[in-house]
Amino acid sequence: MWRADRVACEDVVMFVNAAIASTAQREFRSGAAAQRLSLGFLHEYVLGNYRDLYAATLALEVNHLNAAMVVTNLLRTAREASDQQRAVEGRLIAARLRSLPPQRVYGVLRELRRLGVNNRRTRVIVRDWVAARPDPAFDAIKYRRSLSIAARHAHLRLPGEVGTVLFDWRRPKRYETPILEAWRRAHYEHRALYELPHTVAEGLAAQHGIDRARFLSGIAPKLTDGERPRLQGTAVRHKVEAVAMDLATAPLTRLAIYALSLPRPERVRCRDELIGALQAAARRAARRQAGTWGRVVAVLDDSYSAAGSGVKRRRPLAVALATHYLLEALAADYTGLWLHHRGDPLLVHPIGATGLGVRIVDALERRPDRLVIVSDGWDNDPPGQAAEVLRVWRTRLDPDQATSVVHLNPVYDADTFDVRRLAAGVATVGVRDAEDAAALVELARFATGSAGFDELRRHLADRVERFLNAEEAVS
Amino acid sequence: MTAATDGIDLTGLTAGPAQTWGAVRLVPLLRPIPITDLRLHACLYDPDELSIVHTGPCTAYLSYIPHAFVATWTTDTTPAAAYGTQLRDSVDTGAPTGIRLAFRRRLARREDRQRLRFLPLHLAMEGYLALQFGGPPIAWQEWTRHAVTRGLSPRVEASYTGASIAGLDDALRVFEIHPDQCGMVLYVADALAATFVVPHPDDYRALHPTLLQDFYGELLFHYTHLYPAVPDFTPRLDDTRIASVADLRAQLAQVGADWTAFHALMADGLLAAERLTVTPVQRMGRFTLARFLPAFNPEAESHIGETITDEAGQLAYLKTFRLSAAQTRRGHLLSQLAANDWDLDATATALGTDRDGLVQRLDRAGFGHLLRPGIIDACRKRARELRSRATKAGPMK
Repeated sequence: MWRADRVACEDVVMFVNAAIASTAQREFRSGAAAQRLSLGFLHEYVLGNYRDLYAATLALEVNHLNAAMVVTNLLRTAREASDQQRAVEGRLIAARLRSLPPQRVYGVLRELRRLGVNNRRTRVIVRDWVAARPDPAFDAIKYRRSLSIAARHAHLRLPGEVGTVLFDWRRPKRYETPILEAWRRAHYEHRALYELPHTVAEGLAAQHGIDRARFLSGIAPKLTDGERPRLQGTAVRHKVEAVAMDLATAPLTRLAIYALSLPRPERVRCRDELIGALQAAARRAARRQAGTWGRVVAVLDDSYSAAGSGVKRRRPLAVALATHYLLEALAADYTGLWLHHRGDPLLVHPIGATGLGVRIVDALERRPDRLVIVSDGWDNDPPGQAAEVLRVWRTRLDPDQATSVVHLNPVYDADTFDVRRLAAGVATVGVRDAEDAAALVELARFATGSAGFDELRRHLADRVERFLNAEEAVS
Repeated sequence: MTAATDGIDLTGLTAGPAQTWGAVRLVPLLRPIPITDLRLHACLYDPDELSIVHTGPCTAYLSYIPHAFVATWTTDTTPAAAYGTQLRDSVDTGAPTGIRLAFRRRLARREDRQRLRFLPLHLAMEGYLALQFGGPPIAWQEWTRHAVTRGLSPRVEASYTGASIAGLDDALRVFEIHPDQCGMVLYVADALAATFVVPHPDDYRALHPTLLQDFYGELLFHYTHLYPAVPDFTPRLDDTRIASVADLRAQLAQVGADWTAFHALMADGLLAAERLTVTPVQRMGRFTLARFLPAFNPEAESHIGETITDEAGQLAYLKTFRLSAAQTRRGHLLSQLAANDWDLDATATALGTDRDGLVQRLDRAGFGHLLRPGIIDACRKRARELRSRATKAGPMK
């Protein structure tokens, strides 16, 4: 492989890892400012050097923050793209905006306004996205400021009363649209409050001085899937039954985070329920691939650094726990090895140093088809031992590479602009949600340098095509 | 009462692999079998108050005290639970603004039958400060009247809190405490800064953050600014000797053993320090609280500290403070003066210099006020003349 090609391949894989793992929030070892700065630089670098591939990452499992950043950056620098590039980028942006949560997209629109990006193409993208929203009136209530900013910036024509409620809301005595009317009444009437989305009702409830317990039980049917887990603690404090989380539909990593947020006696009490939900979610995530991975052993990091930070509480540990259940569903024969914890994986707790080396030997001794390591990569007991063990294993004990090793890293390391690697020959991929693990393992072969840059381009082109076809079939 | 020993015995403790962060290297000390009948916990004082601790009828110890420890032990060797957060809030009693003086009766005293309160490190620091505190025992004419009657009072030494050492806060925050960890050896730019050992892992977990509130020598404060990072020591496995998983495991075990041996080498300055002067302070049950002073060898690193040992001599508690080079020199001078009954000529001979040289050294070390002004002035004058003669002679050559 040409040296330039290898560097390009490494750069793109590095960026994809970062874009999947990093959320520019505080991590265990680095602050939010360092993460944001590092990630911003990486975006600039890849955008400047590999524009096609930068756009193509929108088709991968990059997280919402990074997808939003990619969209903003592409629109900001559209002048530098050729007509052909712009056509592909336009389709990718439109498709990705459709799959992003609305608050993220409104964030992008606000950012575009801040940067003064306003051209015909951008306005059309904004217009099409707003037109495709299922209920503009609902958006006018829930994302009131954002929609009004977008409408003013992109010169949108808003249907019916939506324009009135945003820009001339003092005039009408009543609205014909039910949700707008509910919003008007909720300023004076307690009962109308409960017809509004939770975030809007919260502010009005505070104005009316409504009792917290009564408010929560009233608004419970209106809560979204994202809001429900967040309010569990409040619900328990105020003894509101109605806010209970629906374990059956929650995604795997969310469930793991919820399970780990409970104190251990509580986890023991609802053990069957939690494990049932986790296993069901894992089966849903594994889909058709369930049971096809052969003999799998996982080394899961439960060291103190898996506790994450104040804003990402126990996230690395939750990813490890979710991966445990996912691999259980994917593999025909599965063993999960925690660094310190023994017994029921649901009771795992982040404690102690990261001694990956010895545990990897324990895992490799079972001669699995696949070894999956979930860790932040700070191997410190002793430092660098995991790399040595893996090197010796490759060179002396398993020269035929009967065991494939992959390292999933949930933490972005701001100093190296990548997720921290364990060893030179081992593929390291960033992971945010354990559900994506199966797709990420596909990417892993590019991370070791064994596959070429052309192959990476082909892979990305293929992913882009699949993504666009799937998205455009839905719309 | 005072005994001289060589080095600190860390029997029962093994060194784990170091974790580094910037210039700070933290080596955990692990205790497979914890000591359960001696427990410690922090009793936090208001960090903004300046404390005066009475140590005797006439001497007052002036210092900034971030925290004090409470030792709890049981006579029937049943496991004693840490007292938890039974700490009196010093904020509610004290005035919130300005410097408040809090009087504590002595550095070490019994609070009740089962508990002992002492101020960590200050005990050892006091031992260092009180070195020859009494001044000359014989009223040689060279020493001032004040020196003979009042001793060295007031005696002042400076140090830095952990919070002012760059990077130490992050290093302690991201350190991953081992489940059986009972101590910590702290290196800054690979210079041994402090050692901290407690009897039980639970105590250690509770006291780990207090390392940031302890005080450290001047050297370490500067080292963190001069040296950005220390390297990790990565053990390398010899793959030519590995043919099976058992071989691999044997090599890993060997790496673990090497770590402990290597650490003994790194902490050589404390563990193999020669002629430590150990002074027992108090006995409680089967434990003895003592403080130790180094031999004040100006060429070697010097650590002062305090220990609690059981009747078999096993270390239950250890806290050390590294003296700066200037502090070591001061200690060296004082101990040499004491050895020669504060006779200037005899001390000068012992130090391999003459009387003027010794006077100059005393003056530079900050003990000039102890000598009569006439002696210092005459000495300074002679030195000045020597210097001017040398500079005049220089160009003529």
